[in-house]
Amino acid sequence: MVRTDKYEGLLAETSAMPGAHGDWINAYLARPLGPGPFPGMVLAHHMPGWDEWYREVTIKFALHGYITLTPNLHFRAGHGTPEDVAAKVRGEGGIPDDQAVGDLTGALQYVRALLDSNGKVGIFGTCSGGRHAYLTVCRVPGFEAVVDCWGGGVVMAPEQLNPKTPVSPLEYTKDLACPILGIFGNEDKSPTPEQVDQHEAELKKHGKNYEFHRYDGAGHGFFYHNRPNYRQAQAVDGWEKVFTFLEKYLS
Amino acid sequence: MCTMIVEKVKVDGSGKGTSGWFELEQANVSYDHPFHAALEHALNIDFVNESQGPSARVAVELSEQAARALVRTILEVLDRASAEGH
Repeated sequence: MVRTDKYEGLLAETSAMPGAHGDWINAYLARPLGPGPFPGMVLAHHMPGWDEWYREVTIKFALHGYITLTPNLHFRAGHGTPEDVAAKVRGEGGIPDDQAVGDLTGALQYVRALLDSNGKVGIFGTCSGGRHAYLTVCRVPGFEAVVDCWGGGVVMAPEQLNPKTPVSPLEYTKDLACPILGIFGNEDKSPTPEQVDQHEAELKKHGKNYEFHRYDGAGHGFFYHNRPNYRQAQAVDGWEKVFTFLEKYLS
Repeated sequence: MCTMIVEKVKVDGSGKGTSGWFELEQANVSYDHPFHAALEHALNIDFVNESQGPSARVAVELSEQAARALVRTILEVLDRASAEGH
């Protein structure tokens, strides 16, 4: 919580970390100053890439007291503006699921190994990043909490599967080992409210610890203050839900 | 990627990007989230030359209606040119 009578400082910079297959990739690191120990967060960026919004949000988490690392999941597509690199990835049909999971697992290990870490690390993602975050916590143990914001493609039809995305993330739900917070807009087309229902039913079926919030008057990406789909009231409430949830499981 | 709907086509021609003209090699046509257009999903065309890196790109993001109108117009112009012996 931001206060007027408390010292605060943070450091934010581009860094590097070992990702999938031992590849060294870029990452954006923001961390509170001070001895800690601090909880940690890994952010899975969205389809528009490792962009300015994700840098801002990395800093936002650090401001709230989390050591936060956002790996560049598009690193292997080359360099340029985030848009140009993301467009190349879009043209290639996205990144392989195994690669995303490997990169995000590397980020978990990096954050947890820092001397000022309290050992508890969560993961947050929006859009394709919400899907990647969910996939990662289902396949890799070690995360203490996951926040899935409108992750499109968690529920996939058989005809949507391909060598890069060979398994619908929903199929891994039985292996989910941490609490999940889901934030969704009821006017979203990906995921649709029906797909969110399917996801919730699967979590319920396997007895998972979940908390889903669905917002009327909001569609896809309603936290994105630089896009026309931004919804102020829903976004403010959603962010409160995010930080309340994380404080409960990562403190 | 949220829709994963993308097709590639080889193209011959030139495009003018942020660094000037370059030789086009491919067009990536997708229906997915745009970067700039005020739409949840758009028909996106990226004219690229991958051998020159991600920045060799000319991008358009169109509404479905605009994209369909553009396709019709391109075909009309090509048919007219063909009919006039070009």
